[in-house]
Amino acid sequence: MFSLVQKRRWYFIISACVIIPGILIMLYSLATTGSLLRLSIDFEGGAIYELRFTAVGASEANIRDVFVRFGSENPLIQQLGDPAQNRWSVRGAFVDEDTTAQIEDALDAIVPIDREASRIEAVSATVGQEATQAALFAVLAATVVVTGFIVLTFRSVPKAVRYGICAIIAMVHDVLVVAGIMSLAGLLFGWEVDALFLSAVLTVVGFSIQDTIVMFDRIRENIPKHLGEPYEAIVNRSVLETIHRSLATQLNAFFIMIAILLFGGESIRQFIAMLFIGLLTGTYSSISIAVPLLVAWEKGELPFTQPPPNAKITPSTAVADS
Amino acid sequence: MGTHIRWLVVIILLAIFAIWVSLPDTILTNVPPTCYANEATIPSQGIHFDFNEDCIQEVSVNVQQALGLDLVGGLRVVLRADAAAGSYTPQELRETANNVGRRVNALGVSEPAIQVLGNERILVELPGVTDVQTAIDTIRQTALLEFVNFSGLNFQQIQQLEEQRILTTARPTVTQSPDGTPAAVSPLTGQPFETVMTGAMLQAAVAVLEQTQWVIQFELKPEAANIFGPYTGANIGQPMAIVLDGVVLSAPTIQAQLTAGGVITGNFDEETSRTLALQLRSGALPIPLVVETREQVGATLGQESVNLSLRAGIIGIIVVLTFMLVYYRVPGIAADLALLVFIVLNLAVFKLIPVTLTLPAIIGFLISIGTAVDGNILIFERIKEELRAGRKVDEALPAGFDRAWQSIRDSNLSTIIICAILFFFGQTPGANIVAGFAVTLALGLIINLFTAVIVTRTFLHILVALLRQPVTERQWLLGLQGAKHV
Repeated sequence: MFSLVQKRRWYFIISACVIIPGILIMLYSLATTGSLLRLSIDFEGGAIYELRFTAVGASEANIRDVFVRFGSENPLIQQLGDPAQNRWSVRGAFVDEDTTAQIEDALDAIVPIDREASRIEAVSATVGQEATQAALFAVLAATVVVTGFIVLTFRSVPKAVRYGICAIIAMVHDVLVVAGIMSLAGLLFGWEVDALFLSAVLTVVGFSIQDTIVMFDRIRENIPKHLGEPYEAIVNRSVLETIHRSLATQLNAFFIMIAILLFGGESIRQFIAMLFIGLLTGTYSSISIAVPLLVAWEKGELPFTQPPPNAKITPSTAVADS
Repeated sequence: MGTHIRWLVVIILLAIFAIWVSLPDTILTNVPPTCYANEATIPSQGIHFDFNEDCIQEVSVNVQQALGLDLVGGLRVVLRADAAAGSYTPQELRETANNVGRRVNALGVSEPAIQVLGNERILVELPGVTDVQTAIDTIRQTALLEFVNFSGLNFQQIQQLEEQRILTTARPTVTQSPDGTPAAVSPLTGQPFETVMTGAMLQAAVAVLEQTQWVIQFELKPEAANIFGPYTGANIGQPMAIVLDGVVLSAPTIQAQLTAGGVITGNFDEETSRTLALQLRSGALPIPLVVETREQVGATLGQESVNLSLRAGIIGIIVVLTFMLVYYRVPGIAADLALLVFIVLNLAVFKLIPVTLTLPAIIGFLISIGTAVDGNILIFERIKEELRAGRKVDEALPAGFDRAWQSIRDSNLSTIIICAILFFFGQTPGANIVAGFAVTLALGLIINLFTAVIVTRTFLHILVALLRQPVTERQWLLGLQGAKHV
């Protein structure tokens, strides 16, 4: 039988290769900007202008000039899509309505804006702070719910704590992968953490924990059925039995998401991309993190679970151990 | 088999109803056109019933799919009371919202939505509005109540000006009028009317019944006495107009000199007097508003989003349908049929609840399609296992459904709880966009509990019964590969 759990060291290394750079980028971001991830106006307040000019002529310099003149100290200006479309995205400060009108007029003076194909979103600092609080509350609530779920699922199982901790580690792994990739995307493409990103993360956590629980369920079910077999073999059998389910179900969600990524609009792409990466790592972590961790724990490979060195010397301790 | 046939009938009827609801311009009514005030108010869609023929509809459901601002374009602003908390009452905030609503109506927007959020905010949504600047200016003006000098005008002139928009010295430039006619100036001078006093000088106003006549009692602030007293003293017997936001509300005649307050008499009934008192109060006690969040989306941008997500959705659905068919064969047909039922049920529910579709809401729905098949896969994998274990088809099917049910329920439940958390997160004004995603995803998961289990089971049993011989002879039709070497 093909052994999935045997290659566990490799899985841990692969995960570390994604998570550690992610953490480093987040720390770098913390040192330079004061926050782990680039926050959007949803949380920080400010204004986003997605502008389409009716003709060529707008440049980063003359757009910057307008925004600096009307109260944005350091506007973030990016050209969107094909340069021939004359589409620009500007992130500036939250200013009052009269100033917004003046900004629009000043931009019109460069090249007239196609207002029908433009979008402006502005959020005050107060609303941003409230959204931040609400977000923290949502994360807290989700943590409580997920922990509650794990406790409920494993409450009557021997070694419940072990299952629970492995499931939580797999979940933290997924959050770290998504956050790490987000921080990288922030560095490379200027992606920002908005309310939708948080939704993606929480949705991923929900799916991921469920995936892990299904797999653990099967292990529990199989232990009494195959009493003579070593633990590793039972686990391996369980993974192989559930892997179809894991892959096939995620596959359909992936089909849909790839279709949206390829053919859907640009405005939603970032949300779908993070959801996609999250579900991918959620599936991966159930098979390659949660279950191998369980085996490693059982075999005493984890640093804190290693039996004491003298355990194997005297038979009496070994008996007491088992 | 009997139960399956009965379920099949139920499912087919439900699906037909859902398809009918999800079609555009669904209309079902027995209300005769004579019950409506005029042609324009006859609904072109919806379910409307008047069973006892009294022209009052016992059933009236609007079944038009509401689209969010990001899809139709328009303006959405959240306004906050620009005054210390506690310096105004919830009632005053509602009155301010009513004022905003009245002004917005003057803009001629098709379906404006004005809503009080919590105890300091007002949400205004103006789908399809193109002149954003005028709209915001209109919303943000604090209500301006004026007492305007109408002295010298005759009865006909006053009648012509009632309910009309006029120019005054306090507001000499407003020209926006609901029907596009220019605001009136004084017929005597050709200039804007003279504002005697604004509502800032008003202390209180209340509608009271005096004998048989509804009147409005008002009180003036002390500082108003120096202005209002001399003016009313000099103009006894002359009309004076009460003007709110440039519109003449009424033009009563001055009966006596007024210094501390007075009574407005006119041809009022209870409702009109209460409304006028409310308007006087809210004109007198306007809560200044500041814009806190604002989102303006160009209409073409919205249309583009609709087209793109529609295309993406259809492609995604076709891929999923094909995959299920290829990978699971006969059960795949059942799953595909169940998925189609799932889709029309969702579309119908969106219209009936109603759910406003935004871009994230559409994404939530599409993701729920992806996970809807999840339930089927759990069931089919279980059925395959049962078949591999050597059971007959008739035993494997029910066993598969029974065993998979708990997993389906648990996995949907955990995501529904996450959706509930997201929905509450989406109630904060800054994260509003999240709520749509949470609602459609959760609805999809709930409907999926029905379609993945009951609908798929019915279809699968009936398909297996119809194809009994081929299915038992060739188990690959049930998606089973390599069954021999297990």
